[in-house]
Amino acid sequence: MSLSLSPEEQAIAAKQDGPGMAMRIVAESARLLGAPRLIPIASSHIDGALYHGDSGTLFAEKLVEGGAKVAVRSTLNVGALDLMGCSRIRLEEPQRGMARRMMEAYRKLGCEQSWTCAPYQAGHRPALGSDVAWGESNAVVFCNSVLGARTNRYGDFLDIACAITGRAPDYGLHRPDNRRARLVFDVSGLSPSFLASEIAWPVLGSLYGREVGNAIGVVAGLAAHPGEDALKAFGAAAASSGAVGLFHIAGVTPEAPDIETILAGPEPEAVIRVTPGMAAKARAGLSTAAATKTIDAVAIGSPHLSNAEFESLERLIAGRRLTVPIYACTGRHALAPLERDGRRKRLEASGVVIVADTCVVVTPIMPELGNGVLMTNSGKFAHYAPGNTGYAVLYASLADCVESAVLGKPVFTDIAA
Amino acid sequence: MSAAAEILVPGKAGEGEALVLTAPISFWGGVDPKTGRIADVRHPQHGEIIAGRVLFLPGTIGSSSASAVLMELVHNGRAPAGLVLHEPDAILLLGLIVAREMGWETPMAVRLGRDAFETYGGRVRIAEDGALRRISLRS
Repeated sequence: MSLSLSPEEQAIAAKQDGPGMAMRIVAESARLLGAPRLIPIASSHIDGALYHGDSGTLFAEKLVEGGAKVAVRSTLNVGALDLMGCSRIRLEEPQRGMARRMMEAYRKLGCEQSWTCAPYQAGHRPALGSDVAWGESNAVVFCNSVLGARTNRYGDFLDIACAITGRAPDYGLHRPDNRRARLVFDVSGLSPSFLASEIAWPVLGSLYGREVGNAIGVVAGLAAHPGEDALKAFGAAAASSGAVGLFHIAGVTPEAPDIETILAGPEPEAVIRVTPGMAAKARAGLSTAAATKTIDAVAIGSPHLSNAEFESLERLIAGRRLTVPIYACTGRHALAPLERDGRRKRLEASGVVIVADTCVVVTPIMPELGNGVLMTNSGKFAHYAPGNTGYAVLYASLADCVESAVLGKPVFTDIAA
Repeated sequence: MSAAAEILVPGKAGEGEALVLTAPISFWGGVDPKTGRIADVRHPQHGEIIAGRVLFLPGTIGSSSASAVLMELVHNGRAPAGLVLHEPDAILLLGLIVAREMGWETPMAVRLGRDAFETYGGRVRIAEDGALRRISLRS
């Protein structure tokens, strides 16, 4: 079926201004995907404001010059600079100036200065069943899976184009039939103590992403709701190792009260029975560093830390002085509660480097070391840090990350899968 | 020998050494936007340069910034000479769609069955009508 645009959409697309360019990008994408029409959207989350080179800045400025403005609520994902001034970004001129110009252009387009990859914990939570256009792989998977709003995995530039037009191509996960599960990912063979541990979620997410690719699956065999931060970690890891845009967890996520309701047919097309061996292998696969006696840094907060995660961090550090820094990445929404009662000062006095508006894998923050070793509890950092920072990674729980930062050497607590 | 391929995104005809990726890749974090080098240490083709190559992609994974990396490669003159995909990739190919809107010259992206990927090696040409042709044997 070929794309059919309304007369109004055609008229906008024919103009040589910012809204015209945005409409042509949305329509061209719709054509490529075989969407029959465009549908209205309720909100957008925009990943395009992160500096990867001058081309993205020039694009955003062309939209501004063309008089474009967002038509729906639009939050911004991380940028390349810490505008809150919490941490020092080593980005040099002229890149620094271009990154700032890019952030400024998105502000002029009418986007909210949220600068976070966890907008869903910063007050942007679209309603169950609403159509939205979100970018950033973890935000997309959380929005679809945990909130039950409907978005595809919108790439950089299509997100802002959808926000300006207020429309998105009608295809993929906007259609209820395409949201049903075809695979079952059964974790009932894993020990309850592993499933109750923090490390279960990034590890299982990483395994899930690799096993399912871009298919829709439902996780079965969970006795209790693991909490929102666990779902955040699972989705982020799954969206890093695979092309996951939506997962269900039976009895936990809103579209899957049980397996039968969410399955596309009477029987799943495949059942992946996760064994302790598979989980152990996935856990080992999150580390790239060889056996090492020391670590150079710890990085946490991908996706950005919530207030609950900061509370865990404070509890685990318990006022001790760190030997190597913990880079704690978060959004400005989480800073206000930290400023109260001197909490941020105490964390920084221990040796925590708070990074706001951005994170350590998207812009140069950590010192450039030839063969640095980074410890992290984030499946997403574990995935991207080697390529983006040059650091080898060791994956561990938050508790082990903190103990290792205190001692300056890796400490692991064994939690059998 | 040549194979007809459907044009996914129009662009400039091109030729280059074939680079057939054997695993899906995340362009963001997986490909250096300045040089076109595959930076993902876990990827089987880690260290290869995609600039000027005819790139056969078995799929993309990961970040939604793949489009930004591809557009930056185009802007830097480090884009592949052509892209061959098994199915349209809405995120990656946006990089070409937006680069065209910016008035920059882009390589063509065409669709070809994944089974045919491994028959390509050596120099490959993507003609203006999207046809793929081997012009020298694999080295």
